Amino acid sequence: MREKKSKFKRQALGLAALSLAVMLAGCGQNEPASGSSPSASPGASSSPSESGSEIKVGILHSLSGTMAISEVSVKDAEMMAIEEINAKGGVLGKKIVPVTEDGASDWPTFAEKARKLLSEDKVATVFGGWTSASRKAMLPVFEELNGLLWYPVQYEGLEASPNIFYTGATTNQQIIPAVDWLLENRGKKVYLLGSDYVFPRTANKIIKAQLEAKGGELAGEEYTPLGHTDYTTIISKIKAADPDIVFNTLNGDSNVAFFKQLKDAGIGAADMTTLSVSVAEEEIRGIGADVLAGHLAAWNYFQTTDTPANKTFVEAYKAKYGADRVTADPIEAGYAAVYLWAAAVEKAGSTDVAKVKEAAKELEWDAPEGKVKIDGETQHLYKMARIGEVQADGQFKELWNSGEPVKPDPHLESYDWASGLSSGK
Amino acid sequence: MKAMMQKMSASRYGLAGIYLLAAALLMLAPMFTSDFRLNLLAKFLAFAIAAVGLDLLWGYTGILSLGHGVFFGLGGYAMAMHLKLQASGGRLPDFMDWSGLTKLPWFWAPFGNFWLAVILGIAIPAVVALFLGYFTFRNRIRGVYFTILTQALVIISVTLITGQQAYTGGTNGITGYGELFGYSLASPETKTALYYVTAAVLVLVFLLARIIVKSRFGKVLRAIRDGENRVRFLGYNPAKYQMAVFVLSAAFSGIAGMLFVLHVGIISPSMMGIVPSIEMVLWVAIGGRGTLIGAALGALLLNGAKSTFSETYPDIWLFFMGALFIVTTVFLPRGIAGLAVDGWRKLRLLLRGKRKEEPDHERSRYSAV
Amino acid sequence: MEVVWLQLFNGISVSSILLLIALGLAVTFGQMNVINMAHGELIMVGAYATYLTQQLFQAYLPSSWFDQYFLLSILASFAAAFLIGLLLEKVLIRFLYGRPLDSLLATWGVGLALQQLARSIFGAPNVGVKSPSWLEGGLAVTDGLVFPYKRLFILGLVALCLLAMFLYIYRTAAGRRMRAVMQNRDMAACLGISTRRVDSMTFAIGSGLAGIAGCALTLIGPIGPSIGTYYIVDAFMVVVLGGVGKLIGTVVGALGIGMTNTLFEFWTTASLGKVLVFLCIVAFLQWKPKGFVALRTRSLD
Repeated sequence: MREKKSKFKRQALGLAALSLAVMLAGCGQNEPASGSSPSASPGASSSPSESGSEIKVGILHSLSGTMAISEVSVKDAEMMAIEEINAKGGVLGKKIVPVTEDGASDWPTFAEKARKLLSEDKVATVFGGWTSASRKAMLPVFEELNGLLWYPVQYEGLEASPNIFYTGATTNQQIIPAVDWLLENRGKKVYLLGSDYVFPRTANKIIKAQLEAKGGELAGEEYTPLGHTDYTTIISKIKAADPDIVFNTLNGDSNVAFFKQLKDAGIGAADMTTLSVSVAEEEIRGIGADVLAGHLAAWNYFQTTDTPANKTFVEAYKAKYGADRVTADPIEAGYAAVYLWAAAVEKAGSTDVAKVKEAAKELEWDAPEGKVKIDGETQHLYKMARIGEVQADGQFKELWNSGEPVKPDPHLESYDWASGLSSGK
Repeated sequence: MKAMMQKMSASRYGLAGIYLLAAALLMLAPMFTSDFRLNLLAKFLAFAIAAVGLDLLWGYTGILSLGHGVFFGLGGYAMAMHLKLQASGGRLPDFMDWSGLTKLPWFWAPFGNFWLAVILGIAIPAVVALFLGYFTFRNRIRGVYFTILTQALVIISVTLITGQQAYTGGTNGITGYGELFGYSLASPETKTALYYVTAAVLVLVFLLARIIVKSRFGKVLRAIRDGENRVRFLGYNPAKYQMAVFVLSAAFSGIAGMLFVLHVGIISPSMMGIVPSIEMVLWVAIGGRGTLIGAALGALLLNGAKSTFSETYPDIWLFFMGALFIVTTVFLPRGIAGLAVDGWRKLRLLLRGKRKEEPDHERSRYSAV
Repeated sequence: MEVVWLQLFNGISVSSILLLIALGLAVTFGQMNVINMAHGELIMVGAYATYLTQQLFQAYLPSSWFDQYFLLSILASFAAAFLIGLLLEKVLIRFLYGRPLDSLLATWGVGLALQQLARSIFGAPNVGVKSPSWLEGGLAVTDGLVFPYKRLFILGLVALCLLAMFLYIYRTAAGRRMRAVMQNRDMAACLGISTRRVDSMTFAIGSGLAGIAGCALTLIGPIGPSIGTYYIVDAFMVVVLGGVGKLIGTVVGALGIGMTNTLFEFWTTASLGKVLVFLCIVAFLQWKPKGFVALRTRSLD
């Protein structure tokens, strides 16, 4: 009897603690129970994000986990852009206040934090994401809550959400021109190497169709798990296939292992052309310029891109974060995203999502990469395609560019050979 | 004597009041919290379901699995597949289209039916657990070896699911759906309803676990934890019990995964990985293994802490999480529940004057693990 | 034919790397029964120590000396990881002996904190380590068959570490004390051995070995805050597969996983190869639950 009672008490105590936890978890820290506000669109007219003398915006990148190696620098560039704009008087005469959240390299966390930014902080817009997976995870949240996301990284295309602005390249601004250039200048036999996730697989599907249409030859196709660090076997396979070109869509850390081990295997840039689409200045620093010298990459921006806007951008970035830091394509695209948003808000005279979207149509801006223009239909940017060669100092030398900004075509509707790639949208 | 009886029953009423209060809080939470916090809380409640299942396995039977993320994920995938089919409305889900499939794979077909999907969401994790458990426990693989084996299971599942993009959505996982039975998952009403469903399932799972723990079966489980070979010598077959509890806890994780998907709207291999699997164990450890309420509490508190830390200090929150794990394991080996029990005992002694302390049944049970 | 030889070499090379990352764990986990989830982060410490040594050489010493930095960095990374291991043992691990699963949780926390620490100090992006020029290139046996010097160097380094560990454990007084404590703690204490000191030393040595692994990995892989997570599971698999408590088991375990992995990866794809390897591990442990080389014991529980 005695024991039973004490157990009863113990459990009651536990339950009491449980309810305490419920309250804790329920209230969170920065919002004293705002009542059950219906999840109205956070950007709706005279939304709280605009109230007073401040405009809140969200910054949502992975600050921890495996993707932090890439995303933290983009966050830095976005913060810098916000500071610059604030120094010039802000937007609509109001100060931009960034709310930073950590996506932690985990896609459901991206969805959770996006929801938090939109419905709790009621931010006017969000700048964030890197991997396609994180964007796909956030997309339903932005569409549901009618938020606005600026996504700064090149990606696999086949998407045009009304709630996302894509400031990185889609496939016809990076991969397709790169493959065309390679077939013309470096050979026909192409080996496709990528990390095992959606971007490389989709990109390679497009490349294969392109090879078939343009008379290229597929030498082999290989995918490695994310975080794979031993490439000796893959390199043996590449050696056996003896391609002219390795088209590299590996992601993050895998690039370091692949290029270091490729060099050790005695294969240099002179023996075999490699073209990467995820290796920028920042990655070169982590791999070592001596390892990468002579290899190619396709981007829309290099730190060496010669425009007046880029000069000030690079100087400001180095002054703020250290002389040893470098800028790169996604960093620039993140920086540009903030400015484009600010310009659209000024033009619209409001942070309301619908108005900003309307104002953003055909908006032009002198980005560090040159003039960019928002394509009203797809909400992607007109961007110049570029191919560069890594130099001994870790910078790119531009070998080729498209001459003028390329119109974004995420669904590849203007390419006949791509018609079979996607049946629906 | 009579006065004392009265006093006792009075305190009993008080305790019943606490129960009611807790239930009321759970039920009334939707009134006090914003939509976002309610959604978060609902997710935590789903985690608590998994924690209760894991506690049955670890706290009561002494088997540590670092592979429960897999079971959680399998449940989640079952539900996500159903929702995705609903959202695609007869057409091929979008990621299959990108990946070059032209026809729905056969194993997707059963998930078109909600109830079938729910059954599969429980049955698939259970069957996987049964398969692994059947061999493992019969071969008397125990302790750390079993734990490492479950990690291998995680690596296998995550690599497989990531690699089969056309069939599983790959790294992206399955996302981009919005309706269940024609109700929008986004609407506050559906969210509130789903919250109640989750709370109700948690209560049911909790009660079921409690019945199991109190039963003869539960006693055998604890006996296995404290001395597997002795149980064997007494004529029991521990493998059968271990298998049963492993399957049960996998099924609980599957249920939790299904509810998780309804609240969060995405399932991906990252939810099945090593890190989430270890986090699940941490919920139980910090809440207090071997007490069901502790496990549920741990899931709520730890996730609450994670959200709070990462929102307040997005740049350095890992320091806080790390410190929390270290401090709890060193100073609170029996978790928060243990602390609460000790605190209560001390308080009572203080109030009642120096009475003989109760025999210490509870303490011995933790030394075994 | 060349491909066969090359793959054989690759297999041995992969095994040697696995052995190197698992060796420290074989000591802390195998000898002390501490599940050190921060082992990967100790590898990271070693990698960053190498990076720092390189930076110091570049900043303060004539450039002609630069090539020698790597030899020093092996010592530096051992020392750095050794000291962190020692500290860890003194303030945390010693409270957790006999509670292996608790040590898992606490060291998980340590791992998180160390990752964040690295990110706060060195920045989130990867850092680059330039390999010394004497490790560039490879030994060309035939035209198509090249054994990279780096791989050969790692093989040698592993052999050296193994020999050193063997001599330490089986040929020195300190090693004898270590074995005594691990085999029967109470008895060893009765015979006047300071078990506290032996524990600290053992854990620190295991950590130091992780540091050396980190140093070697800078030659072939990335150096960033989260690299530890890539290696930790593999390291545990090697130790468990080989059998806990014997160094030779770890060697066999590393060879087993390394060779089969290379083989499967060559025959199938990298993803499928990995799945097959882990399936084999699961199947093998069903057959031999205690790994290749099991310590015989009469005790039951």
